[in-house]
Amino acid sequence: MAETIEFRLNGKNIAVELDASKTLLWVLRTHFNLTGTKYGCGEGYCGACTVLIDGSAVRSCITSLGEVAGKSVVTIEGLADGDKLHPVQQAFVDNDALQCGYCTPGMIMNAVGLINDNPNPTHEDIIWGMENNLCRCGAHNRIIEAIETAAAGMRNKK
Amino acid sequence: MDEFNDYKDYLKSHSSFPGIKRRDFFRLMGGGIYIFFRAGSAMEIMAAEADQNRLPNDLNAFLQIHEDGTVTCFTGKIEMGQGVVTGLAQMLADELDVAFEKVQMVMGDTDLCPWDMGTFGSLSTRAFGPYLRAAAAEARMVLLILASEVLGVPLEDLDVKEGVVFNKNDKKKKVTYAQLTEGKKIERFLSEKPEVKDYSEFRIMGQPKFRVDSVEKVTGKAKYSGDIRLPGMVYARILRPPSHASKLVSVDTSEAEKVEGIQIVKDDDLVAALHEDPEMADKARRLFKAEFAGDEKPVSNENVFAYLSENAPEGNTNINEGDLETGKKSSEDIFENEFYDGYVAHLPMEPHTAMAFLEDGKMTVWAGTQTPFSAKSNIARVLGFEEENVRVKPPYLGGGFGGKSAHQQAVEAARLAKITGKPVMVDWNRQEEFFFDEFRPAAIVKIDSGVDDKGKIVFWDYHVYYAGDRGAETMYNVPHQKRTVYGRGWRAPGIHPFPTGAWRGPGNSTNTFAREVQIDIMAAKAGIDPVEFRLKNLTDQRAIDVLTEVAKMADWKPAKSPSKRGYGVAIGSDAGTYVAHIAKVDVDTKTGEVKVLKVWCAQEMGFCVNPQGATIQMEGCINMGLGYALKEVVEFEGGQVKTSNFDTYEIPRFSWIPEIETKILDRNAPPQGGGEPAIVCMGAVINNAIYDLTGARLFEMAMTPQRILEALKNV
Repeated sequence: MAETIEFRLNGKNIAVELDASKTLLWVLRTHFNLTGTKYGCGEGYCGACTVLIDGSAVRSCITSLGEVAGKSVVTIEGLADGDKLHPVQQAFVDNDALQCGYCTPGMIMNAVGLINDNPNPTHEDIIWGMENNLCRCGAHNRIIEAIETAAAGMRNKK
Repeated sequence: MDEFNDYKDYLKSHSSFPGIKRRDFFRLMGGGIYIFFRAGSAMEIMAAEADQNRLPNDLNAFLQIHEDGTVTCFTGKIEMGQGVVTGLAQMLADELDVAFEKVQMVMGDTDLCPWDMGTFGSLSTRAFGPYLRAAAAEARMVLLILASEVLGVPLEDLDVKEGVVFNKNDKKKKVTYAQLTEGKKIERFLSEKPEVKDYSEFRIMGQPKFRVDSVEKVTGKAKYSGDIRLPGMVYARILRPPSHASKLVSVDTSEAEKVEGIQIVKDDDLVAALHEDPEMADKARRLFKAEFAGDEKPVSNENVFAYLSENAPEGNTNINEGDLETGKKSSEDIFENEFYDGYVAHLPMEPHTAMAFLEDGKMTVWAGTQTPFSAKSNIARVLGFEEENVRVKPPYLGGGFGGKSAHQQAVEAARLAKITGKPVMVDWNRQEEFFFDEFRPAAIVKIDSGVDDKGKIVFWDYHVYYAGDRGAETMYNVPHQKRTVYGRGWRAPGIHPFPTGAWRGPGNSTNTFAREVQIDIMAAKAGIDPVEFRLKNLTDQRAIDVLTEVAKMADWKPAKSPSKRGYGVAIGSDAGTYVAHIAKVDVDTKTGEVKVLKVWCAQEMGFCVNPQGATIQMEGCINMGLGYALKEVVEFEGGQVKTSNFDTYEIPRFSWIPEIETKILDRNAPPQGGGEPAIVCMGAVINNAIYDLTGARLFEMAMTPQRILEALKNV
């Protein structure tokens, strides 16, 4: 049943008339045309659909729209500051840390959530923090390097 | 070879289609006796020849120079992560003498790009590349001639740099490519085609170039098929059978029809719920009540290898040198082993997806496919359309690995778009992706071989079932050898309970696993260090070079295996490229879990067009290869695929990933394949390392913890 749900999406206040039980992933992709958030498994196993909710990495394919009411959602489209890439995005480019690119938005959002939670992640912290984000192309080593580079850069800026 | 067979099937089903000549098919087929094409290399030559027959002579088909000086490269190849979007741009820029940054790629669009067989077999660089380079070289020469006329300067006084032609003696006298062409087609052609550049003249080829698509991909702007948005589009959810053996008997859609806004399509075997909201379409599909019937093949994980053995097709002997009996007589030790490899899924992170829309009699399909041109033909055939009324436009592909050579989803989307008149999105869920995947076939390799008292391999009797013979070359110098191949390539219709297909380095991972483990077993029995044993039996210089290099990289200390150190070695050859791997592993003998600590890999691929891209492909191969080697098992019972998501089918994760050290050997020879070779050794190199550490020998992939614990019991 449709109801008014208010939340912040990529920095803007939003109010939508939709069924609260709808899945966040599909609302983002179809209602808002934010197609950077990907479907990979539909059951929260692969991480391709990862977004930030109040700064934490969440699987949007197993999150209902109702759960984000009053919260702030950031998708891959909302990460860069205009043309200036977020440090994690830039580090993925600089480390050539992607191939097909389909898991990349989810990887980046998960990494941002990881750094938000722990600005000083060790190599092991990164591995275990990224463990449930799957990449079939095998870009893992460079993704870890990218996250290490980005985390270090973000610390130095503070 | 299967890719060639696919091409052959394609020609067969399209013999009446103008432009495809049946006589070409028979000429290519050598009178139709295809069983004599034996090695992967033969397939590759055939594939290249097929490309040659269909590629246009007009250089404009490959490139266009725009008024702003940018250059578009048209290629029927697609980008699925492997990086040809970058490597092909390097080739064009270098031959044409334009800045690399000025090249834009248009890939796979069947209305804009030259015909292509498909993106597989590591053929883009080595088979398509030469034609692209030739077209660019011709364009460059035509432009030089035009410049000579415009500037009134003799041709020999002209040079070109980054798209600007200038007088070598008076650099102020210059004209740009853009000025010469004014964005129009190049109307002049050369009767005598100019030579492409020599290796010594390359400025862009051979330079490490980062991906050209990464900014699009890190910002979420890169469009995959599922990201196409059209007004009035609907999502389709299609009724699926429980098993590949199932046939639809009846379906009741009455409950589904009650979902608000739903449209139900029933067209023969195609039953679908369509809705503008994908979740509503899902809901309606769940309300379908269908009855299926069918007889299952009596095969499951429990008996797969016995079943496959019993149903083995006739063998074809494609190598028979010397005399096996003579070899046996001179053997000090004889080794008889059987190797097993289970079904493995492709699992690109992007499931098969397509969007189709019929407008003014023309069907346009955005499809994630490795085979846009055969998708176009198949769609036209199924819809009853003329081929020119179908356009396939592949956006970026979220991985392929061979799995997206099949394009069923594109046909489904087109059928539904034709029936409904709406733009229709068919985006498979993960369960459908597992169910319809054309798995890497379960396969068996039987090897009898012998070593003499000097550590020389004297005979090699090789039998491969269901994997095909890509990578089945003996590689080692053996005087008495025979190779028998049972079944055509990696497809065995009617035997496997579901379709099987080409999986990254098809057949080769299975064949290399068997060969390199057998070699290791012989080395261990002979009491010779496994690197030394290989070198002792190799005469192929390219193989010797990569093996010597990788041993140097890993600081290999010779020892008889099992040395308890956990080092394994393997070599392989695929797509014209040679690889050698060394791995160091740790094994938890209580749980059977294997941790691959480090992998060294040396690769020789002729001239390497993009060392950065090639290195990343090697890394990707190594990481992806951990999966089939250690964990990936498709659970099935007859045609029912029980595995349906990543909870039960484990693919490599961050915690599995080894440290990786790669090296590409320089060689000024035609570029060879790079997308697949470094995956083929992963089973053997890990197996040999497990043996070196524990003394346990496994004969079946995947080498799961349970199988490792079983093998440890036999130590």
